[in-house]
Amino acid sequence: MLNIIVCIKQVPDTNEVKLDPVTGTLIREGVPSIINPDDKAGLEAALNLKDKHGAKVTVISMGPQQADLALREALAMGADEAILVTDRAFGGADTWATSSTLAAAIKKIDYDLIITGRQAIDGDTAQVGPQIAEHLGLANISYAEDIQVEGDTVVVHRQYEDRYHIIKAKMPCLITALTEMNKPRYMTPGGIFDAYREKKVTIWNRPDLDVLDSNIGLKGSPTRVFKSFTKAVKGKGTVVALDTQESVDFLIEKLQEKFIL
Amino acid sequence: MSIHDYKGVFVFVQQVDNKVTSVSYELISKGKELAKELNTEVTAVLLGHKVEALCTKLAKYGADKIVVVDDPALEVYMTEPYTHAVSEVIKVHKPEIVLFGATAIGRDLAPRVSARLHTGLTADCTKLEIDPETKNLMMTRPAFGGNIMATILCPEHRPQMATVRPGVMQRVEIEGDAKADVEQFKLNDIAAHMNVEIAEIIKKTAGKMDIMDAKVLVSGGRGMGSPENFKLLEDLAAAFGGTISSSRACVDAGWVEKDRQVGQTGKTVRPNLYIACGISGAIQHLAGMEESEIIIAINKDPGAPIFEVADYGIVGDATKILPLLTEQIKKILDNK
Repeated sequence: MLNIIVCIKQVPDTNEVKLDPVTGTLIREGVPSIINPDDKAGLEAALNLKDKHGAKVTVISMGPQQADLALREALAMGADEAILVTDRAFGGADTWATSSTLAAAIKKIDYDLIITGRQAIDGDTAQVGPQIAEHLGLANISYAEDIQVEGDTVVVHRQYEDRYHIIKAKMPCLITALTEMNKPRYMTPGGIFDAYREKKVTIWNRPDLDVLDSNIGLKGSPTRVFKSFTKAVKGKGTVVALDTQESVDFLIEKLQEKFIL
Repeated sequence: MSIHDYKGVFVFVQQVDNKVTSVSYELISKGKELAKELNTEVTAVLLGHKVEALCTKLAKYGADKIVVVDDPALEVYMTEPYTHAVSEVIKVHKPEIVLFGATAIGRDLAPRVSARLHTGLTADCTKLEIDPETKNLMMTRPAFGGNIMATILCPEHRPQMATVRPGVMQRVEIEGDAKADVEQFKLNDIAAHMNVEIAEIIKKTAGKMDIMDAKVLVSGGRGMGSPENFKLLEDLAAAFGGTISSSRACVDAGWVEKDRQVGQTGKTVRPNLYIACGISGAIQHLAGMEESEIIIAINKDPGAPIFEVADYGIVGDATKILPLLTEQIKKILDNK
């Protein structure tokens, strides 16, 4: 049977994120957490493959204890197993250390296919998927719009800016999913019941993973946040009333100033 | 070896169908500026097959050196062969900085290279500076959908790597004769690194570009007067390689398809350039576009709220201004 691992991240719903007008920091209180949309599309793709071919779908998330909720939601949608990778030692990780930690966790499980979202809506980096693949020595196929399995091969529609590729790759491999790929199913009442009564979320802490201290958490992160700040508020622009030709000249001048032309 | 032994600024040059993607020129020009502050040189790294002819133009935008990896296995972008080639070039030349465009290809390639070389990577940068004291690269990027900006450092690993948003850095042509030393970088058996098969390549038609993907949006409202006048918007959008969008009023009136609608009940867009023509700027519309990098508004009504968010506002008739503007822009772009 096909073993599929789906990596998910719990993120604040950025549509709801507001900035504190005084301190300029994010107000996280009362902001609902969701499964990152690209990851949820990846989960739905895995569940579709399960419906079609039969598969065991394992969801895995690295994060604080609260990420349990995201994993339960995945179980209620139809995932078979859930693993929460959580420890203070993993905290403060950049994408390098995050991918190294997740790769160490994935090494403990049997898999044919790993699906991650393309990127998370809080960080937008799109790095963790390809980096997990690199740590595991697997091929990665980014930006999937469609995933099919034919025997030991995946057939993926990969989206690029002005084109898409139809890619074939032997499993095991890693695919990053786009939100546009599908419309994730809802949890069912029975699924929710199972997620809390029948299924469990396995917890893996630092000692459960075979990975160097120098490759996890803040210490294992090559990058450092030097400072963060809110974007400067745009001042009011220039409004002019000129004749037609002068208007055109004005716009051309401004577009050249801004290097658009 | 110490991190101080890493020297030089490298730029990954993206080519698709043997055409260099414009962000690569932008990065070479920016790289040149950074290299100057570091007393070093900027090197363009060009991968592909039969790509040597592209070198002249790379020099024109400031490349001091060009490293070419030419191989049939690099003709079409594929993650692993490209990762292998770029990583080997970096291992041999040991640059202190490597820049990639934050394109679909750059955002796929750079993470794998950074994981392979065990170094940091900052995504989607909009600003790059050299710290005058430490000489470290300061990489600034938006997060949380642009609500927050963060400046990132990679203090103890080399190279310092970043992907950079297209259209943010300025490309600067070198005056007079520009020449770059070209090095043919030999790698054996790149084809052995092809671990996926590209069965088919399907190009999308330009007309169907999603408004959320467009770098330039020319948007029309009721002030355009008639659906026929939307042709003027299309002409200008085509000149920029962008596409058209619209306010809700025109969608409700049946002038344009629903998938073109910007605003609260439509799509939220953040192009590099948003040109609002005959759009008054209801709050629901502004919510969908006010994060655009540069906003130009053309409207007959000087009191239109769109002027509150516009960087440049023209009080006038868009149907008169647009044809002239398009013509002049075409002329300028054709001469480039």
